[in-house]
Amino acid sequence: MHIQILKNLLTIAVLWPAVLLSAVEAQAEVFEKTLGNGLKVIVKEDHRAPVIVQQVWYRAGSMDENIGVTGVAHVLEHMMFKGTKTVPVGQFSKRISAAGGRENAFTSNDYTAYFQQLHKSKLPLAMQLESDRMHNLHLTETEFSKEIKVVMEERRTRTDDEPQGLVSEKLMATAYQEHPYRTPIIGWMNDLQTLSVNDAKTWYKNWYAPNNATLVVAGDVKASEVFALAQRFYGSIPARSLPVRKHFSEPPQLGVKRIVVKAPAELPHLVMAYHAPALRDPEKDWQPYALQILSGILDGNASARLNKILVREKQLASNVGAGYDATSRGPSLFVLEGTPSEGKSVTEMEEGLREQIAILKRDGVNEDELKRAKAQVTASEVYKLDSLFYQAMQIGQMESIGLSYKAIPVILKKLQAVTAQQVQDVAREFLQDDQLTIAVLDPQPLSGKPKQKNKGASHAH
Amino acid sequence: MHTKLFAVVVLFLAGIAPALATPNIQHWKSPSGARVYFVENHDLPMLDLTVTFAAGSSFDVAEKSGLAGLTHKMLDLGAEGLSEDEIARNLADIGAQLGMNFDADRAGVSLRTLSSSAERTQALDILARVLQYPLFPENVLAREKTRLIAGLKEAETKPESIVAKAFGKAVFGTHPYGLPSSGEVATVEKIQRADIEAFFRTHYLAKNSVVAIMGDVTRAEAEVIAQKLTEQLPQGVEVAQIAPVVMQIKANEQRIDHPASQSHILMGVPGMARNDPDYYPLYVGNHILGGGGFVSRLMHEIREKRGLAYSVYSYFMPMKLPGAFQVGLQTKKDQADEALQLVRATLSEFIDKGVTKKELQASKQNIIGGFPLRIDSNRKIVDYLSVIGFYELPLTHLEDFVGNIDKVTAAQIRAAFKRRVNPDAMATVIVGAPETKKTSHKEGAVQ
Repeated sequence: MHIQILKNLLTIAVLWPAVLLSAVEAQAEVFEKTLGNGLKVIVKEDHRAPVIVQQVWYRAGSMDENIGVTGVAHVLEHMMFKGTKTVPVGQFSKRISAAGGRENAFTSNDYTAYFQQLHKSKLPLAMQLESDRMHNLHLTETEFSKEIKVVMEERRTRTDDEPQGLVSEKLMATAYQEHPYRTPIIGWMNDLQTLSVNDAKTWYKNWYAPNNATLVVAGDVKASEVFALAQRFYGSIPARSLPVRKHFSEPPQLGVKRIVVKAPAELPHLVMAYHAPALRDPEKDWQPYALQILSGILDGNASARLNKILVREKQLASNVGAGYDATSRGPSLFVLEGTPSEGKSVTEMEEGLREQIAILKRDGVNEDELKRAKAQVTASEVYKLDSLFYQAMQIGQMESIGLSYKAIPVILKKLQAVTAQQVQDVAREFLQDDQLTIAVLDPQPLSGKPKQKNKGASHAH
Repeated sequence: MHTKLFAVVVLFLAGIAPALATPNIQHWKSPSGARVYFVENHDLPMLDLTVTFAAGSSFDVAEKSGLAGLTHKMLDLGAEGLSEDEIARNLADIGAQLGMNFDADRAGVSLRTLSSSAERTQALDILARVLQYPLFPENVLAREKTRLIAGLKEAETKPESIVAKAFGKAVFGTHPYGLPSSGEVATVEKIQRADIEAFFRTHYLAKNSVVAIMGDVTRAEAEVIAQKLTEQLPQGVEVAQIAPVVMQIKANEQRIDHPASQSHILMGVPGMARNDPDYYPLYVGNHILGGGGFVSRLMHEIREKRGLAYSVYSYFMPMKLPGAFQVGLQTKKDQADEALQLVRATLSEFIDKGVTKKELQASKQNIIGGFPLRIDSNRKIVDYLSVIGFYELPLTHLEDFVGNIDKVTAAQIRAAFKRRVNPDAMATVIVGAPETKKTSHKEGAVQ
């Protein structure tokens, strides 16, 4: 009875095109309109639950920052909660909360986005508040001086006290020589210490304009009603001329780069990052799709190559991973990483990963692996429909990096079309030493190794 | 007056959520003894399912702490007729996702799969074997122990892990809720295959299992699925009840050195159980104190007013027995004592004076108005089904939720907090303690 399932395996793939089709059809329920001031409004109707998400995406992220003011994109994101001319500090969050909402914001290299999740009847409130802070933000020295401290604490938590965070920060600063991806989103600590409210004001004035934003609303709404509301709340915000965007390129790397990062930890860790292209023309490009499938074959599931061979069979690594993101405004990296097992060195870890790369280049990948990697893509497309937030997020992200949400079904189709030969070709072309940066975490003992001092006494007030 | 205010709230809320449709939960007992909770929904061509056992880390004994976790981790690493690689590969082939959930009470396995018949059948067959015929292969166990131990050693260097472990001990003492959920290096080393085999036989029982099913199958199909996933589970004898939690603890402060730039601070006491009569007053009260995101009191005092921390929060962890009430934050070492004092003052005032009408109203508006967001996806609903089943909450739990929140009064919150949280008898752990307090760094450096 149990043995039968293995025989079923090969026939199942036949069903996928139908599933894929339904996922692609779901994409058809996306509507768009651009307001007179340049604000692009995109609506994804989804009537499963009486809720909505509003997201406003600004096409300004840490890659648009200048030397000396790194972190300002993210600091401004924090300051956006600090009040406008008519909505005093703290009131934005209070009003969203009182409406039963959840809200937050995030900043990346490429963009800054704000969101609220609410009952569908509360969309006008969310629009009123979000449109207000698009052009009426009131930036004060008092609020700035407190919030910059919060951001420094955030940096300490995420980076300074987090060995793998440190490694990744220093890796980026090494892999990129010229492209602004070399600076951390949260900013260098020294820059945070010298940033002023005027830097925040300049940033806000430069980039926070309707013609530099995308409004995404998803949920139990009618597109026509959302467009009318958007016109009412956002329509009168004047467009502004945006600063000229610099075009950054990364000069060719002329040989492997290596860094060592010492930090308090127990286990060493190795990261190998290869320069790789990002998606620019969804119809014509093929390499980014092949790289994405390659990353799935190496690390897309528990039986993918790296885990199967390096963790389970050879027991060389305690953990391994591979990653690649095709969708970004700037260039991309194809990353392999691993934590060696106890008794194994980072050198052995590196050799183990390199051996896998060599095998990949020499023998390519087999059809089963290819099909499996594509199966993950297809199923994820269906699972995605269970998350309104993620659907909106994908639309906003695509628009903000300069591709259209219309590219989403194209990408799906193209991923399904990747061949084994293409996967081998991109491995050969991009996984080369001259394009490689290696970062190693060299674990240091804790100078104050946990030494418990139980005072056992009641504290005084 | 008071009542009028509430009437307004209710009217206002009724306005925003005219028909709070809650999912229709079907419940039955499978012939295997498993309790099944099912919501039928065909909007998406997918199926979410979890099977949960009373087999969390609180069923460990101190000498072999980590056994429950390791047993759970080993389930999908080899089952009758399938190697660990075949399990992973056969699931990946159909895009199915197996998830493992584990805490002090519960050990669960979740499955998300496309609902089309071939994929679904394949995924469920694998899950059925993983749950009912795990093999715990000796060589895989040896490897997983090594990996687990490496992870535990790494955790011993991380301030967030050090503080959590010390906090658990400080709040629960020798009670199994105080055991680290993945065990300790020395105890994991002792675990043998026979221990795992025995733990499985005594804890992964059909009659104690809870099956939650959400999505694109019919009731008849769900009945078959639930039975097939549980019919061959061990019958076993009733698992011994875990000793009660000692609710009153002594004030206790530990300062632990760490080279990190921030101090990690946790303070708390044993809090409340999932079936606690004070559940709703404590839930709403905590929402005001430190659970309500940007608008909570702790957030306001520590972050918004003074910029002392990025993250500061409080919560009750509702468990079978009372889980911890905990307040946490991280802040730069040299301001840790200032922040700690502020947290204590905020907490004391909260316990002493309770909440204002305005706060209570705002909090209820958020919780009640946000109710639709709690059940807006299959994933969220299946998680609710699992909780309702495991903790034997009424089937009307979701329907009653809004009413139960709405009923909470300021007086109830004040009384409930006074009963549960004595600010003068709390456990406090500070990892990366400020240097002014003269903990000896030299001593540490010798190690």
